[in-house]
Amino acid sequence: MVERNIFAGFGGQGVLLMGQLLAAAGMKEGKNTSWIPSYGPEMRGGTANCSVMLSEEEIDSPLVTRPTSLIVMNRPSLEKFEDAVVPGGSIFVNSSMIDIKVKRTDVNAYYVPCTEIATELGNPKVSNMIMLGAYIGKSKCVDIETVLEALLEKLGERKAKLIPLNREALKRGAGCIE
Amino acid sequence: MAKKLMKGCEAIAEAAIQAGCRYFFGYPITPQNDIPEYMSRRMPQVGGCFLQAESELAAINMVYGAGGAGARAMTSSSSPGISLKQEGISTCAAAEVPCVIVNMMRGGPGLGNIQASQGDYFQATKGGGHGDYRCVVYAPSSIQETCDLMPRAFDTADKYRTPVIILADGLIGQMMEPVELKMNDNPTMPEKPWACQGWDPKGERPRAVINSLYIETEILDDLMTRLNARYDEIRKNEVMVETYKTEGADFVLCAYGTVARVCKAAVRILAENGIKCGLVRPITLWPFPSKEVHDVIAQESVQGALTVEISNGQMVEDIRLAVNGEKPVEFMGKGGSIIPTAEEIADRVMKIMRRA
Repeated sequence: MVERNIFAGFGGQGVLLMGQLLAAAGMKEGKNTSWIPSYGPEMRGGTANCSVMLSEEEIDSPLVTRPTSLIVMNRPSLEKFEDAVVPGGSIFVNSSMIDIKVKRTDVNAYYVPCTEIATELGNPKVSNMIMLGAYIGKSKCVDIETVLEALLEKLGERKAKLIPLNREALKRGAGCIE
Repeated sequence: MAKKLMKGCEAIAEAAIQAGCRYFFGYPITPQNDIPEYMSRRMPQVGGCFLQAESELAAINMVYGAGGAGARAMTSSSSPGISLKQEGISTCAAAEVPCVIVNMMRGGPGLGNIQASQGDYFQATKGGGHGDYRCVVYAPSSIQETCDLMPRAFDTADKYRTPVIILADGLIGQMMEPVELKMNDNPTMPEKPWACQGWDPKGERPRAVINSLYIETEILDDLMTRLNARYDEIRKNEVMVETYKTEGADFVLCAYGTVARVCKAAVRILAENGIKCGLVRPITLWPFPSKEVHDVIAQESVQGALTVEISNGQMVEDIRLAVNGEKPVEFMGKGGSIIPTAEEIADRVMKIMRRA
């Protein structure tokens, strides 16, 4: 199993965090993982992306040029990375923000209304966790509870009260795919 | 300690602390800012000193002072900032002050860009500052390896009383990987009778002077003879290199740092296409593993070699010197922080082999 993913969206949508949580959860489940952020003169509202690899084997190159899954939170990211996805790969589209469809016919496209679902849950900020849930629901590469364990470490005990909301968000996202 | 997902810069900083570094002086520059940021938080917790200097030059001279007093001291910067530190590094070499300098290379020359680059190979391995000196240069290719090299870097600096450079590209600093740090609350420090820690006139501690000015020809010559003998020892003892699938290979890739990992992926792609390609990866760039590189590439089975760098071609010169014309050595790389993909490298190797 080798997952080569690109998470992309606007800065502030939580795409770097999605990738970090996936990489941390993969590590906790004994896999080799890597996370590379796009970095540059970037700002909130600009574009952000990260490359995440999960593998049973040692990771040689951590650079992702041909992703097996592309997870996009905004339209420019879909337009930028769509062609890079390997044939047979998956594209997860935040349909709340992206008003176009995936053009490719040789990949699996999943449309997830992240903002709508997150708003239903009472907090649009968990849109990214809806999307991460959808990706995990499809790829089954880590357990949702492991992601929450990684999230708790990131948040600290003081913000532990946010875990149930994030659990719900991951589950609802995963539910979109099945 | 359980594995932890850490950013390269933070892992390097923690590994330095575990290696006994208690003095850090720096000045901000992307992409290494996470090192001083982490140090500013951690140093007070371990009773160490973090200081944001007023300039790069000030920072390296503070390292000179702390190192001269016998402490394990470090600074970090990125390419343009490292250029500014060269005067101080040359001074440390002349005064035989051990210290560790981390360079998270970004694109250059000038201010360049802030993406990963390998354009400072010449600067790091061939001197950098003025004068006839060398720095030991480690080039890690993963975050775990960087952490493992940190205690070695400080030990080597102390053992040979020399500046040591960790030469990594910006990607190593910015990416996250699981690491296992060897925690060591009480690292053992070597005795440093030469250090400036106060003269005891009753004779317990001899007078120590840290100096880089040797006006008399004979005295400078003494220093240079001593340094040269030490560099020979370093060449003999400190070479580190990784060879990967090179035994009986038809072709050899040469790379260091992040690019070496992309080359490993290329080796895998080439194997899938029936081509036996190996990789030789210098871990110390100085002392350069000339013999090891030669022995791999000069093998009977090898048709040629390709050096891949994020530069317009720097290490390739040392590879060619090592191979000494016995096999053709080609170069692939670009200066503008563009890292070739594994597929592009594999394609290039297949083209070269078809031509042969």
